[in-house]
Amino acid sequence: MSSALYDEIQTIAARYPQRLSAVMPALRLAQERYGWLPPDALREVAEALDVTPAYCRAVASFYDMFHLEPVGRHMIEVCTNVSCALVGAQQVLEGFESELGIHAGETSEDGEFTLRTIECAGGCGWGTVVSVDHRYREPVRPEDVTAIVEELRGGE
Amino acid sequence: MASNEARTELLFADAEGRDLTKLAEYEQVGGYASLRKALGMERAAVLEELLAANVRGRGGAGFPMGRKASFLPKPGETPNPIYLVANADESEPGTFKDREILARLPHMFVEGVVIASYVIGANAAFIYLRGEYLTEFEIMRDALEEARAAGLVGTDVLGSGWDLTIVVHRGAGAYICGEETALLESLEGKRGQPRSKPPFPAISGVYASPTLINNVETLATVPKIVELGGAKYAKFGVENSAGTRVFSLSGNVVNGGNYEVELGTNLRELVYDIGGGIPDGRALKAIIPGGSSVPVLTADEVDTRLDFDSMAERGTMLGSGAVIVMDDRCCMVQLGLRVAQFYMHESCGKCTPCREGTRWMVSILRKIEDGEASQGELDLLLSVCDRILGNCLCPLGDAAAMPVASYVAKFRSEFQQHIDEGGCPFHGESTLDRVLAPVDQHHALIRSEIEVPA
Repeated sequence: MSSALYDEIQTIAARYPQRLSAVMPALRLAQERYGWLPPDALREVAEALDVTPAYCRAVASFYDMFHLEPVGRHMIEVCTNVSCALVGAQQVLEGFESELGIHAGETSEDGEFTLRTIECAGGCGWGTVVSVDHRYREPVRPEDVTAIVEELRGGE
Repeated sequence: MASNEARTELLFADAEGRDLTKLAEYEQVGGYASLRKALGMERAAVLEELLAANVRGRGGAGFPMGRKASFLPKPGETPNPIYLVANADESEPGTFKDREILARLPHMFVEGVVIASYVIGANAAFIYLRGEYLTEFEIMRDALEEARAAGLVGTDVLGSGWDLTIVVHRGAGAYICGEETALLESLEGKRGQPRSKPPFPAISGVYASPTLINNVETLATVPKIVELGGAKYAKFGVENSAGTRVFSLSGNVVNGGNYEVELGTNLRELVYDIGGGIPDGRALKAIIPGGSSVPVLTADEVDTRLDFDSMAERGTMLGSGAVIVMDDRCCMVQLGLRVAQFYMHESCGKCTPCREGTRWMVSILRKIEDGEASQGELDLLLSVCDRILGNCLCPLGDAAAMPVASYVAKFRSEFQQHIDEGGCPFHGESTLDRVLAPVDQHHALIRSEIEVPA
């Protein structure tokens, strides 16, 4: 196992009165390393914190931001909760589906993009909120979609 | 936040044109003076000010902060360490005020955390920060770094002999973790499923130790209370609703955004004078006054004061202060469906009425929307809501049932029309038409048969 990850997890665990509290930060670190949480990543986190891989999987599967399946290099998340939906989130989502050629919930065949809808992101007054690689863009309108995708593709 | 000279601002008063994320600028406007003042007082005396301020929690439940703090054992009365936990897991649909406080007033929030920790005698505080708030995490991390370097946080805070460690714990995407006991479970490294109460966190919170949990805005208010004194703070606002609140205004309104106003301000003033009214000459149809968990108000009820008691008289709640405005293009069945889908997605699965009930609500609402429901199924929907209410460990189930039941109660004819006409009377023209929710996405196999729009 990568000793760097092991050491980083120990440093985090030391911040808490109980080491188990480090499970979520450790999963985040592992996911940053692997891009998602493959069985190897869960095993590494488990070993570093003296829990089972199954425990790590149980925790990870509870939270939306942990990915137990591979995701694209770029993550595009469109909020379709009430406030954003009232101002056109569905049209923004369909814009991305059309631009990327995939449905919400899917990853493009080249592994570049994952598109998904998310619940309220917390930018409701500036909807539609779109999280692009974990940075919020707000407001995004259907006419902004092409430029965002082009930017992520490298501006070609 | 849009500035407005006419509004009474206590939190954002000095934020316009200044970068209060920087310690030096925050100190120029009196930042951390309240901490110095508090450290010169007895713990009990600071608590007295919080009690006198009568400040009610800004997270949703509205419990008086001072009283909550007074429930904790005093240091020395308990063998366990005492902890403060800041609930920065803002995720009630429509709410984005804590995010702006974190992003623009991080030091005011930290100062509140430090003072509140001092009041209860905690040596460790945890900030449970919503996982999606990455930019806000970075701002908070930098602010804490500055505060530590200046001796405001850490060993021997400002030479007082009292130590305080602050740890920022990032969530990972789960609405339920905003519920205090689920948050504690998550902080302990578990799935975020609520605990049964009692014991309350004041007695047995994180690591089975006495814990005070407060919302970001509540904690950010603490320095102002210490500065003014509780009695003077309590003069702002109205009876039973002291002070100001930061309202998150969204939906079909011209100027969406966060607005700090005195409690007791008229909802009409927030929507029309401050928010600029409804765009495109449309008519107001309904307003959700406190986040998607609370019952709806009709256009006729817009003249209601934004305070705890006035909202209760209307059968609804101030909740998290999220005001969602809907114009006349919004189908209330679709609104119910989208709201129910949210709670179905976010139900932790622990209590059967919530886990199964939210699924039933979605299924029945879908049938009503599609014009396939029988008359009896509308009654069934209300029956399901009724069987969720009060039957779960935490308020999430209620938060699904209450608003949906209110949509039926206040817009029954619209639900009836769907049944009578065998379909949606908006004929695809509703603002919420065909909105894809995350729960739909989980059934990707079904969706893969649908053509990608050209």
